[in-house]
Amino acid sequence: MLTVRIIPKLEVKNENLIKGIHLEGLRIVGKPEAAALKYAADGADELIYIDLVASLYQRNNWLNIVKRTAEQIYIPLTVGGGIKSVADARLFLRTGADKVAINTAIIKKPELVTEIARKFGSQAMVASLEVQKKFDGSYEIYTDSGRTPTGVDPIPWAKEVERLGAGEILLTFIHQDGTYQGYDLNLLAKIASAAKIPVIASGGAGSIADLIAAVTIDKADALAIASLLHFNKLNISEIKQGLKKAKIPVRL
Amino acid sequence: MSNKIALIDYGLGNLFSVARALTFAKADWFFATKPDQLKKADKLVLPGVGAFADGIAGLKAKKLDKAIKSEVDKGKPILGICLGMQLMVTTGYEFGTHAGLDLIPGIVEKMSSRAKLPQIGWNEVKLVKSEIPLFKGIADNDWFYFVHSYVVRPKDKTMVAATTNYGDDVFCSVVEYNRIWGTQFHPEKSGPTGLKIYANFVNQV
Repeated sequence: MLTVRIIPKLEVKNENLIKGIHLEGLRIVGKPEAAALKYAADGADELIYIDLVASLYQRNNWLNIVKRTAEQIYIPLTVGGGIKSVADARLFLRTGADKVAINTAIIKKPELVTEIARKFGSQAMVASLEVQKKFDGSYEIYTDSGRTPTGVDPIPWAKEVERLGAGEILLTFIHQDGTYQGYDLNLLAKIASAAKIPVIASGGAGSIADLIAAVTIDKADALAIASLLHFNKLNISEIKQGLKKAKIPVRL
Repeated sequence: MSNKIALIDYGLGNLFSVARALTFAKADWFFATKPDQLKKADKLVLPGVGAFADGIAGLKAKKLDKAIKSEVDKGKPILGICLGMQLMVTTGYEFGTHAGLDLIPGIVEKMSSRAKLPQIGWNEVKLVKSEIPLFKGIADNDWFYFVHSYVVRPKDKTMVAATTNYGDDVFCSVVEYNRIWGTQFHPEKSGPTGLKIYANFVNQV
């Protein structure tokens, strides 16, 4: 039986592992490479690396972190942040990433999804949807690490990225990020039923109960977890044991 | 005894992680991009990510298709991974009908599962044959990392070394036929258990 994937999400800024709330107020947690190796050893099913600065100036440092990490782990690694073209995607995939996650650039240029999927396979193209809940209860995609509203409704956009060739959706709830208040189950259910490709839920996990809620009744296929792990509230083994008790298939 | 492994590079997919796994397994390996290089190898590894037609086209463009068949006919062991496993069969039905390498009688078709495609993630591998050299030291029902929508259906059930359940489809996740092995999952992405597959291909076959 296919297991629910537990995926530590590591956001990186200037060579530091950081964590914020609502993608802001960033706090240094440690070094990304050390954390990545620890999570892999603890039984993480995959890892996600997101570069929050994504400046060309910093890119060599970032590539070195990706390369050194990829050389030491034997589980899939997804890399995101500042990937704007097929050439950028190729650079990270050659450096050791297995998949690239892209938000801003595919909003500006949707055909980039298809170009990357054609060139490297759909499995390498993760469409990142960073969503903010508005006051009226509707949802909107934001780009540039939560800074720029786009007017794009995430539900039709999820169907569109699937049609364009994305292999997975990384769905981040900006309004829940770092709050420990749980994933946005309402939006998660809508996206998971709109798209036929796997959906990774990200942003807000605060307890094992939140994780169980997100996967029950055919919702998330995978769970991205940051604060819970980075601030040692729970470790991967505790998370997986908790899911197993709830009869959710996990790799132990 | 010479134990050189050719990692076949036909321009498709990312060989970085397979190369690293072979190095981890202390294999004496090299990238093979030309037919003649396969003659120098004792064993072959055929990786692959992407579509069936692109894979076959990539092999043919470098004239590696006939070279692989001729080396395997001599009895050299081969390990096909994911698309590499699929390319070894007779016919592929992904976006049309395409002839494969025909090392293994069988077809490649889309999974019949009602579950989401592609299947992405860790799933259990149930061994149906005993004493599979590739699985020495690996427990039954251990987990491996899969990314695929298509599967191999070998013509002869005796070629099915292991199966995996996805939704309502029970498919062949490991094929074994003479000295030919294929895994539908990615051992190089399956943690320490996956690395044992490479070590076994280096040391046990």
